[in-house]
Amino acid sequence: MSMTLRLLSSAIAFGAMAVATNASAFCGFYVAKADTDLFNQSSKVAMMRDGDRTVITMANDYEGEPEEFAIVIPVPTIITKDQVHVSDPALLAHLDVYTAPRLVEYFDDNPCNRMQYETEMRVFRALPQAVSETVEDAAEALGVTIEEEFTVGEYDILILSAKESDGLQTWLEQNGYKVPEKAKQTLSSYIKQDMKFFVAKVNLEARADSGNEYLRPIAVAFESPKFMLPIRLGTVNAQGNQDMFVYMLTRGGQVETTNYRTQKIPTDQEIPPYVKDEFGDFYKSMFHTAAERDGGHGVFMEYAWDMNWCDPCAADPMSDEQLQELGVFWLDNGATDIPQPQPRIRPRPQSKDVFVTRLHVRYDAESFPEDLKFKTTGNRDNFQGRYVMRHAYDGEMVCEAAADYKKQVNARRETEINTLANLTGWTRKNIRKKVEDDTGFFTMDDSAPKHRWWSKLWGSE
Amino acid sequence: MKSVSGIFGRNGLRALLRDPRHYQISVLSSLILIGLFAYSFRLPWWHVVGCVGATLVTQALADRFIAKRPFDPRSPLISALSLTLLLRTGSVSLSILAGVLAVGSKYILRWRGKHIFNPANFGLVIVSLIFGAAWISPGQWGAAPVLAVLLLGLGGIVTGKAKRWDVSLALLGSYAVLLFARALWLGDPLAIPLHQLQSGALLIFAFFMISDPKTTPDARVGRVLFAALVATVGFSIQFGLHNSAGIILALILCAPLVPLIDHLFRDTRYAWPQFSPSHTPSPSQGVTHVHDLTPAE
Repeated sequence: MSMTLRLLSSAIAFGAMAVATNASAFCGFYVAKADTDLFNQSSKVAMMRDGDRTVITMANDYEGEPEEFAIVIPVPTIITKDQVHVSDPALLAHLDVYTAPRLVEYFDDNPCNRMQYETEMRVFRALPQAVSETVEDAAEALGVTIEEEFTVGEYDILILSAKESDGLQTWLEQNGYKVPEKAKQTLSSYIKQDMKFFVAKVNLEARADSGNEYLRPIAVAFESPKFMLPIRLGTVNAQGNQDMFVYMLTRGGQVETTNYRTQKIPTDQEIPPYVKDEFGDFYKSMFHTAAERDGGHGVFMEYAWDMNWCDPCAADPMSDEQLQELGVFWLDNGATDIPQPQPRIRPRPQSKDVFVTRLHVRYDAESFPEDLKFKTTGNRDNFQGRYVMRHAYDGEMVCEAAADYKKQVNARRETEINTLANLTGWTRKNIRKKVEDDTGFFTMDDSAPKHRWWSKLWGSE
Repeated sequence: MKSVSGIFGRNGLRALLRDPRHYQISVLSSLILIGLFAYSFRLPWWHVVGCVGATLVTQALADRFIAKRPFDPRSPLISALSLTLLLRTGSVSLSILAGVLAVGSKYILRWRGKHIFNPANFGLVIVSLIFGAAWISPGQWGAAPVLAVLLLGLGGIVTGKAKRWDVSLALLGSYAVLLFARALWLGDPLAIPLHQLQSGALLIFAFFMISDPKTTPDARVGRVLFAALVATVGFSIQFGLHNSAGIILALILCAPLVPLIDHLFRDTRYAWPQFSPSHTPSPSQGVTHVHDLTPAE
């Protein structure tokens, strides 16, 4: 049986390498066609880090035949069975939604009842990122040591160490993995850096027993000063760009990359209200445009917030139980956390020491030759991708202030069109058409009596 | 031009341009402006004011009460600008503290008439090690400002503004050798060491921090040795201990060895060019190496 080795893309995407019998499978997996769900080929990884302790939870959105699923991920230390956990896919999905860029809307009041903006606000979030619901003697001769071998959930897992890449490659091939030729050099580099290899396949029986339709995320706990994500294996055979979402949960503050520049996505911009219906497209185009301005790649911070609250909330903050299941290991176990109806905006009274940073990385082998290295900073400033739409009052307006109000709204709509075009690269013509189809501009009523400055002077007219 | 000469004396303008600190002050200020406007550094203006103010006040007080000599704002200004470029913090008091520590260290931690630690390096490391709310962001520079730093740094060497260019080049050279050697050993593509060399923090460190003439060894051999040592220690911290600020930590660790290196390789001590508007320096006075050991910084 040949295994299809999926380079870590989404599923385990980040440092993983999938073995393929035919190279074309890779291309199909990685090439992003223009305008089609770019982010679908994205990896999602949550990293919980405090000191040298790390838990990595990797989403698995692999959708092919389970028996063909196989991954190889470099890890800094040997991993034993009790360091591996199969997690609930809903948790990563929740985290994804909680940290997603958000659209908020405000409704203007009737200007004739005194202008009141910001009376009502609703929150929309960007579409969730398609998170999935959700032989030892021979080895020794090849210089490959099977350090650990165990089954967790639906996964059969091996932890390998190797003396040289040829032996590792031979062993993987003998055991049904086909490693891309170009990966050998990268494997060799990891071996010399004393990395181990986490190799996982699906155990079909265990999967049948578990009754899960989808492959669940794998969480791995380990202790190492290396605060990094291996991306090099995943770029070996990939063509074009890959997207990765990294959700960093720390006790400190914002996490940034140390060997690449971390920048922020544009935020707090007013855009035309029709975008509500295509916010997913807006987000993709906006991200794409921001990345293009930086050469097509980059590390972008999309969210950074204290996990106790949010404003506005795209999803409720996660409960202590959820965080712990995800891998946040420093929460006080004694604390009770009874789920309560969550306010949409206000902070929750309890306080937990968890700060989340969402990094969106778009990379390819050329622009990101080195693995991602991170550091936790003391920066606890909150940041979010937030976009604002303001609905004009469209009821009857009978007063002098109405004309001014309409002028303001028309000017505002022009500004919004320009902002949107600038953020997304969409053409102004198309945007204008959609704005006109959606709400239109106010037409100014010329028949209304014009008040000249002198009309009040002598009471003429 | 004539009027300028009138103010500064015939050779005054040349003397003004000769002092390497003036070049450094202009370059560091430009880098801060580039960072602020082109790369949206998180740098509130009051942090800059706090840090500059702290270094100037500390220097003024120390000059008056400890060193008993006229106040000179240039060196503390350079320390403050370096700190502003490399230290990130959300707290203005930490910016101020870093400035006080930087300049204070020059008057307190001394050995045979020479201060031991690079002032900005001292303030930067101590504050970022002790306080979680201050940190160093090696990744804050993209590729474009790296080019700017490189050009300005090399520009300083070419125009003779950098008096300790040997340290800068020896450091970058040794570090590059180590990075390429590592890549060759690992079998990594050379894109990786090239990428690692394109670090804005590394270049700023090489051209504008370790090159401080007052804290580097007096003799050229000593300086090259010192730079190689800092590069090796920094490399080890970066790749052995996985701390991205390795090179910056390496300087504070290696600085106490400078007196020993000076003992082994003797040479004249550096002094800043003396310049006064009322006094036209003769060419011989413009020479930057003098023998008397004034506490001038």
